[in-house]
Amino acid sequence: MAAIDTTVPKRRNVLRSDAAQKLLAFAGLIVLFIAFSLASQYFFTFDNVIGILLATAVNGVLALGVTFVIITGGIDLSVGTVMTLSAVMTGVAVTNMGLPIPVGVVVGLLTGALAGFVNGIVISRLKVAPFIATLGMMMIARGLSLVIAQVKPIYFNDTPAFREIMMGSVIAAVIPELNIPNSVFLLFGAAFTAAFILSKTVLGRYTIAIGSNEEATRLSGVNVASWKTAVYTLGGAFSGLAGVMIASRLNSAQPALGAGYELDAIAAVVIGGTSLSGGEGTILGTIIGAFIISTLTNGLRILGVPQEWQMVVTGAIVIFAVYLDIIRRRRN
Amino acid sequence: MSDILVSMEGIDKSFPGVHALDQAHFELQAGEVHALIGENGAGKSTLMKVLAGIYHKDAGHILYQGSEVVIPNPRAAQNLGISMIHQELNLMPHLTLAQNVFIGREPRQGLPFMLAENQLNAQTQALFDSMHLKLDPRTKAADLTVAKQQMVEIAKALSFNSQVLIMDEPTAALTETEIEELFRIIRDLRGRGVGVVYISHRLEELKKISDRITVMRDGRYVDTVQAADVPINRIISMMVGRTIYESAPEVPEETGQPVVLEVKNLNSGASVRNVSFKVRQGEILGFAGLMGAGRTEVARAVFGADPIDSGEIWVEGKPVQIRSPRDAVANGIGYLSEDRKRYGLALGLDVEANIVLAAFRKFLDGSTLVNRTRTRSAAEHYVQALSIKTPNLQQQVKNLSGGNQQKVVIGKWLTADTNVLIFDEPTRGIDVGAKSEIYRLLNELAAQGKAIIMISSELPEILRMSHRIIVMCEGRITGELSASEATQERIMQFATQRGGIVAADAASTAVSFDHSQGRQV
Repeated sequence: MAAIDTTVPKRRNVLRSDAAQKLLAFAGLIVLFIAFSLASQYFFTFDNVIGILLATAVNGVLALGVTFVIITGGIDLSVGTVMTLSAVMTGVAVTNMGLPIPVGVVVGLLTGALAGFVNGIVISRLKVAPFIATLGMMMIARGLSLVIAQVKPIYFNDTPAFREIMMGSVIAAVIPELNIPNSVFLLFGAAFTAAFILSKTVLGRYTIAIGSNEEATRLSGVNVASWKTAVYTLGGAFSGLAGVMIASRLNSAQPALGAGYELDAIAAVVIGGTSLSGGEGTILGTIIGAFIISTLTNGLRILGVPQEWQMVVTGAIVIFAVYLDIIRRRRN
Repeated sequence: MSDILVSMEGIDKSFPGVHALDQAHFELQAGEVHALIGENGAGKSTLMKVLAGIYHKDAGHILYQGSEVVIPNPRAAQNLGISMIHQELNLMPHLTLAQNVFIGREPRQGLPFMLAENQLNAQTQALFDSMHLKLDPRTKAADLTVAKQQMVEIAKALSFNSQVLIMDEPTAALTETEIEELFRIIRDLRGRGVGVVYISHRLEELKKISDRITVMRDGRYVDTVQAADVPINRIISMMVGRTIYESAPEVPEETGQPVVLEVKNLNSGASVRNVSFKVRQGEILGFAGLMGAGRTEVARAVFGADPIDSGEIWVEGKPVQIRSPRDAVANGIGYLSEDRKRYGLALGLDVEANIVLAAFRKFLDGSTLVNRTRTRSAAEHYVQALSIKTPNLQQQVKNLSGGNQQKVVIGKWLTADTNVLIFDEPTRGIDVGAKSEIYRLLNELAAQGKAIIMISSELPEILRMSHRIIVMCEGRITGELSASEATQERIMQFATQRGGIVAADAASTAVSFDHSQGRQV
């Protein structure tokens, strides 16, 4: 064995280990699919797989926004109830005020973006810790949803087209055999947009830079406060989109819904390999993470495992995923 | 070289409770390397942070190329052509080198928010080429050594067409070769007419690299001198305004003192291989070597902070099992990390709490309540004995100077009744005046019968302090020298000796080397 040449820096192969983490999540998803397919003949069917995709859509879109926030080293606990508030605002616009559906969609998106913007201002200008700021927003949005909806659901019965946003199938209109609902395409469209923003735009670059070394980013002349606000606003806009999607899916805005969704979203992000300490994370990972959660839920339900136990399993997987990440770091 | 680039006059700056700059003055010419020196707290970094737009001056004028300027933020300074490379490096580890260099002003393509990644990489490559740096712009910053990261920071500064480059302690973490490379680049910059401000504690270096030296003390300007004309001693006395403790090591008369700690054939990971040594009561054993030689790793393994693969540790003639720092402390071994802020101190706690931290158990009434009277008297004792300069025991440790923080760590381990104290770079980041006090303390501790292991990368420090010197290279002990036979040259010879070849005069030492396994052919 030759002596180690200390003049050569020890190269940590970040690329390889990053890829390993992603591969692991992906492999986990494949293993789940195979295991459930073997366990039940009802699992790997067209309808059930579509069901999984459908179940992933809302949580996946929420998780996309949370991914950006977590990469900056922050956290957003308000995405669930902000989603509800956006759904309610869409309901108010479309059902109560009778505005056209596209206007209602924009109202939902703007509601989410506005809530995210407020989060961003409170965090970056008032210097309130993200955990506290978004915890506050979570409660505010929940309260406002109930107030605005007067504690009862707003239905979209007068506008049947609204339900088509999620449950309709543009592709089935062309190829009738391929009855894939729009929600699946909405999810993937949102994911592509998020991936594009993260890797190709200035906002994405600064998202990573802030999470990697906030002070250095500031000293480089980047207006960290503004970009952080932009990141939270983007996160809020994704919550707004999720709000429109869930309202369409349920054909109603349910003002009491939403609490707990933020935790599923954060879980998806974490399972996907995004580091809570900031600086690294991928959209692909988040999407895989979201699929792992909905596949688990779906598969366990088909096997007749009670819902309470499904939560136990999901929780264990979140801890396991983070532990894997810790091992990887230690090796580096 | 008479073009005055920067002239700072009557700069005042106060922080809550501290008058950091008091009528400070500084002048920089084009094409010179201007060293700015002074003890910690003298105001060097503060003055330069004012110039770099990080702090706002309370009063005074800054003239840049002859006209008065206002520098509200770092970006404004960069646009003027003033860049600062900070002591703690400021790269984003998760971004590539190119992304780091052009952060905040990325080239765009198509839409205004779209990044032009190819252009970014090409521009960075051109920049590296102009500096003769062999680096790939697509590498992630985390994958570089500290020295290479520093080169990237310099490249980043140059990409602003900087006329003024401020470097704060640039060599603190570099090896000799890396320092040479850095100096090559600095000289190159000087040749191009850039004014370089060089802040450093390493006085030997200043002679090598700087043209002029400005000395600061207590936030005030002291003097500016030509580097070539003035001996280091005079510079030191200008810095401290008092004489400095200097003495050769007092080697104990007898070597018959009992061995307190013996390490036999220690292996830990790839960086500690077959290390064996003894340290006696009242002895200061110096560990010399280049960065990455495995000295810190030896200390961490002995202290139980890193796992031991094989080998034995004997304390006072008995073999002991050390699996965690807790075991080490129980066996009377204390470790003072080179990074005291991270591993040695609870910065937010006060002096008293830090001093009793490692020995809380001793101050308990019953099993849960801490006896404050006794912790206070213990803390008072060490504040006095170690002459820790603090307004009171309730001062948060983060507000103390580096030297006083180091003393608090020493006090902590003394409270814990340690007999073996391992000092890892005890004077890193500590100014000249406080250094001599730390040296005096080490000698006193040895005289009191403590066994002391001192890891240091500064050869003068090793030579001055050690009774016996062990030199490491690449995880192995490559030589051992007594105080009388040690010279810088001999130490460097061992420190660069690859493959664990053992000192010829091993017979004169108490150390047993394992030739059969340790040797490489």
